[in-house]
Amino acid sequence: MTVGSSEAMNAPLRIALSLRGMTVAYDGKPAVFSLDADFVAGRMTAIVGPNGAGKSTLLKAALGIVPRVSGEVSVFGGTFEEGRHRIAYVPQRASVDWDFPASVADVVTMGLYRGLGLLGRMRTEHRRRVGDALERVGMQGFAGRQIGQLSGGQQQRVFLARALAENAELYLLDEPFAGVDAATEAAITEVLKGLRDEGRTVVAVHHDLSSVAETFDRVLLLNTEKVAEGPVSDVFTEAAIHKAYGARGGVALNPIGGVVRAPET
Amino acid sequence: MSAEFVQLSLTPILTGLFAAMACALPGNFLVLRRQALIGDAISHVVLPGIVAAFLVTGTIAAVPMLIGAALAAVLAAVMIELIRRLGRIEPGAAMGVVFTTLFAAGVLVLEQADTSRVHLDVEHALYGSLESLIWLDAEGWGSLADPAALAGLPPELVRMALAFALITLLTVLFWRPLAISTFDEGFAATLGLPVRAIGLGLTVLAALAAVAAFDAVGSILVIAMFICPPAAARLLTDNLARQVAISLMIAALVSVAGYVLAGYGPLWFGRQDSLSAAGMIAALSGLALFAAALFRRGGRRAG
Amino acid sequence: MIGALGSALMFQAGYNAAIAALGSALFGAAAGAVGTFLFLRKRSLVSDALAHATLPGIALAFLVMAFLGGSGRWLPGLLAGAALAAITGLFAVSWLTHHTRLSEDAAIGAVLSAFFGLGVVVLSLIQTLSVGEPAGLDGFLLGSTAGMVRSDVVTIAAGAVVSLIVLFLARRPLALIAFDAGYGEARGYRVRGYDILLMGLVTAITVTGLKIVGLVLVVALLIIPPAMARFWTDRLGVMLAVSAAGGALSGYGGAAFSAAAPDLPTGPVIVLLAFVLFFVSMLAAPRRGILARALKARRFELAVHRRQGLLALSHDEPIYDRLTLKVLRRAGFVRGDGVVTAEGLVAAQAARDDEIRRITGERLFPQAASGSVLDPLDVRYTPDEIAAIERAVSERTLGQPEGAA
Repeated sequence: MTVGSSEAMNAPLRIALSLRGMTVAYDGKPAVFSLDADFVAGRMTAIVGPNGAGKSTLLKAALGIVPRVSGEVSVFGGTFEEGRHRIAYVPQRASVDWDFPASVADVVTMGLYRGLGLLGRMRTEHRRRVGDALERVGMQGFAGRQIGQLSGGQQQRVFLARALAENAELYLLDEPFAGVDAATEAAITEVLKGLRDEGRTVVAVHHDLSSVAETFDRVLLLNTEKVAEGPVSDVFTEAAIHKAYGARGGVALNPIGGVVRAPET
Repeated sequence: MSAEFVQLSLTPILTGLFAAMACALPGNFLVLRRQALIGDAISHVVLPGIVAAFLVTGTIAAVPMLIGAALAAVLAAVMIELIRRLGRIEPGAAMGVVFTTLFAAGVLVLEQADTSRVHLDVEHALYGSLESLIWLDAEGWGSLADPAALAGLPPELVRMALAFALITLLTVLFWRPLAISTFDEGFAATLGLPVRAIGLGLTVLAALAAVAAFDAVGSILVIAMFICPPAAARLLTDNLARQVAISLMIAALVSVAGYVLAGYGPLWFGRQDSLSAAGMIAALSGLALFAAALFRRGGRRAG
Repeated sequence: MIGALGSALMFQAGYNAAIAALGSALFGAAAGAVGTFLFLRKRSLVSDALAHATLPGIALAFLVMAFLGGSGRWLPGLLAGAALAAITGLFAVSWLTHHTRLSEDAAIGAVLSAFFGLGVVVLSLIQTLSVGEPAGLDGFLLGSTAGMVRSDVVTIAAGAVVSLIVLFLARRPLALIAFDAGYGEARGYRVRGYDILLMGLVTAITVTGLKIVGLVLVVALLIIPPAMARFWTDRLGVMLAVSAAGGALSGYGGAAFSAAAPDLPTGPVIVLLAFVLFFVSMLAAPRRGILARALKARRFELAVHRRQGLLALSHDEPIYDRLTLKVLRRAGFVRGDGVVTAEGLVAAQAARDDEIRRITGERLFPQAASGSVLDPLDVRYTPDEIAAIERAVSERTLGQPEGAA
């Protein structure tokens, strides 16, 4: 893949997460097939593709949550084990039991586990980090609330706050905008851009084509296999989207270059 | 009266108390992980484990029995997991296949083996024999400070107290990983926590409680204590630590009340014989859950 | 004992043993058939709660009958008590699941243990009261066909036959609901009504089987035969037949064993026989069995590595993956020292041609392909689509294939 024009004059790009020859299969059917991908450090990358294209599977397999048939993962040039502590993961909201007896603060505190360990005491500094993380996502008043009593958007913000508390360099998010309100979407976008501006890396599975161009720097188009990868301006073309979603997807690009109508996903 | 109480009732009450709390503690996590019936399965497979240990060693000494039962519990957990993953059978059915089969094997071997000289039969396995744990060396409350009398404590009580202490210690030590992986296993895995091992560890912890308690109180009380107190506490609070504390209180309360009701209840009606204490405690724990459910009806849709 | 077993299996162990074996077989078939729907509805363990909940019913029915005078051991009376208690337990599970935030498994475990505990208390009460003849009551725990008399068998057989008839009449809506409850609702079926019917059947089977298998293990015959049958087929009719046959075989064999060795409790023998059938099926069944599936997964893994390795060869890229190297070496495409052989070059070229066709196919018909990425073209596309792909490929034979760079 050629390096995009906007990046051509920069120094060689640092790669935060690199996947080589990754295949993941459920029941003999590949969900992700023979994928090579590089996620550039300090950028926001969207993983985009139709339903069942293997977007979430890709993240989970990179993290070792689901087993790979083949493929290698490296994090900031080292092995996955060496880089594991530099990654924070925000799973899909639907993946947990929101009835669990835990408060907002309890969930965010889970993000401190690496520092606290088994029996480490919660000190003022830890409480401050929890408070800061909640403040960044605009949830400072909700610390004591049971998590089941939050709206979908608020639950997503709590997950994000937990990842912020981890103070990681690479953030992997699975559908962070799924089923959230417009205000939350704006707030989460703001936080993610803030992370990027601090030099951290953001990779998010995304399903809303219309907002890819304005939110993300780079994109990985996926449909079981890699369709295209690179800066949004170079890669996020009508042809590539047609290739990922199929010609009958009904995609149309508006004059500015953004996609106004996403195919049914 | 007080001397008689210490001799005949104090030790069974304490044994039941420790057994109830030792089971309720891991039961909290089983209920939250929707694995309540793993507790059911474990308590059923304790029997074949003990029978196997008896066949191998020829005695009913405590240590080989504990080891045999713990191995059987782990075997059951592994079998359930294998049938679930490799056979693609849904978890409930996989559990049903495994624990009925192992229990059946245990019963058959038990009926075939010559156990006439040892105290080992199916009824005992189901109901236990809490009432038989008397403290003959006791002469009154003063015996609690008398080393000679203490040496004569029923070994079941000592074992149960140790098991409860160990389970409490392990739960406190691994509280954070246990809580995190129970809430969000995928996230726990990205933290580098060994989620499989934690899951298996919880099963072993539950097995430890079941095995230690089994001899004294029988498997039916073990299942009741795994599930009813945590489930009742689950309905009463939204805080994990508080839920665990409340479940321990409920377990303690019903175990003492159940024993007293079974032992002394008939006396109030002028009858001499006592009723099954283990059965009474199990029934009371169900009643406690029912009361909690009535108190918090509709709590499902809170907020 | 072997000889006795042989004669029992062949109906030569006397009239009683023969009718007991027939009754058990009939019960096993009914349990296997009813259990199939329970299994498909993913509610197998509800029956465990139900079975354990029968104990207080049996004990209370005994008390009532004994106080009314008599031995208290009249089987239909005891079974009626069992059924009432089972329905109460079922209601308790459903109430806890719907009116609290507890999940069904917790409700099942709670009801199972609390009801059973209550039953144990009432049994201990019976012992202190010395009324009636409670001697046979513990037979309900683990089952015993040895002491069965003709009227017992008739009761059991009647229960099994009635259950089978009801099941036959209601099989279509039950199947529809087991497959997709939401769709059933939309089609106007009263899902709740049929769920209650299914639970009623399960109750009838459980109560019928108490005497044979015992209440601790009766659930096994509702769970194990359907789970066994699932390995053999994807079709409901076949699954019902296989499951019923497995249940009948287990029931018949268990009763025959019992006739040969009257000390053996019948329930455990039946359960172990059912498990043997299950285990063999899980291992050896074609397609859904473990061996068949492991073979398929391994074949797929090797095919992926072979394909990736060949494509790497055709692009002249280095290969690091050990398994990939091993696969290529085994196939004779690469020599021990890592040099590509002539066969390897041919195969790499073929893989590259195939890849071009595949990519062209993906480009031309992005959503038309069926099957897996590794399947040959004619599996994935219709003949007209393949012709179009070939045309597109030949039109730019000399050009670089898109996407392969």
